[in-house]
Amino acid sequence: MRKKRDAAVLAVPVGDDDHSQGPADAAVTLVEYGDFECPHCRRAYPIVKEVQRRLGPRLRFVFRHFPLKEVHVHAEHAAEVAEAAGAQGKFWVMHDRLFERQFALEDDNLIEYAAELGLDAARVARELAAHIYKAQVRDDFMSGVRSGVNGTPTFFINGVRYDASWDADPLVAALEAA
Amino acid sequence: MSPGIPAPDFTLHSTPDQTVSLRDFRGRPVILAFYPADWSPVCGDQMALYNEILSEFQRYDAELLGISVDGVWSHLAFTEQRKLHFPLLADFEPKGAVARRYGVYRDGEGTTERALFVIDGDGIVQWSYVSPIGVNPGADGILRALEGLGKGKR
Repeated sequence: MRKKRDAAVLAVPVGDDDHSQGPADAAVTLVEYGDFECPHCRRAYPIVKEVQRRLGPRLRFVFRHFPLKEVHVHAEHAAEVAEAAGAQGKFWVMHDRLFERQFALEDDNLIEYAAELGLDAARVARELAAHIYKAQVRDDFMSGVRSGVNGTPTFFINGVRYDASWDADPLVAALEAA
Repeated sequence: MSPGIPAPDFTLHSTPDQTVSLRDFRGRPVILAFYPADWSPVCGDQMALYNEILSEFQRYDAELLGISVDGVWSHLAFTEQRKLHFPLLADFEPKGAVARRYGVYRDGEGTTERALFVIDGDGIVQWSYVSPIGVNPGADGILRALEGLGKGKR
């Protein structure tokens, strides 16, 4: 009855709708399914930055939302605000800010960060209140479920789930070998 | 426990004064999720993940049952702490008896495997999967199996 399963692969390939850093034709693409309130994702955040620095233009990095909202009650709103920032061309600075201020993710904090980052904070507040990006965040989440995401963070290297250590050295080695 | 075999029936405690039997769910798909223990020290653990996607399982009218060898009081505390919205069953006395009948008890460790079974409305196992130790299997296999049930019937 033991069945081997195929390696988990991205059910939704990386596309134009994704938030990405690095060249679209980079040799290797790293996708993270993450949650802004997850302490493990917080720990991964500077590691991914280091990995990006070490690989330079050989790497494209994509972030998709996987808010575990039952355990992280602020995670879904944080993801929606990151999308609202993205609509104003500032997804990545908000992504960074949310991880750096993971200890303060109440709605008021989120709007404050929008203002600090030079966004139209009133618009972000309206869009959060109307949950304009809720469905989009859920789409990311479900694409993760369909891809075998089993916690946060989960990484995919060129579309295949990466189950080994995501400390910088092993992650860089895996990316270079991909 | 290959596909096509009737799932062994069982009755287990879900709380100190309530029991759940597999046959209670005849007519609806059931997902049995055996897992090693309550209180694994990670955020996105297996039960927490399923808790997030209950609504997807409910689209197929499927009932999710978590099963481990932990006792009811541990399950109660774990359920409260993780805010789980589905029953956890205690395969506690005799320990692991149901897991043994499903072929997913680990004698050395005294826990169950991470094993998933999707059982159709007629009580027949339609899909099963045993995860490598330490690997949370996620939910994609369950969802594909539930989709498959729908297609088989129509």
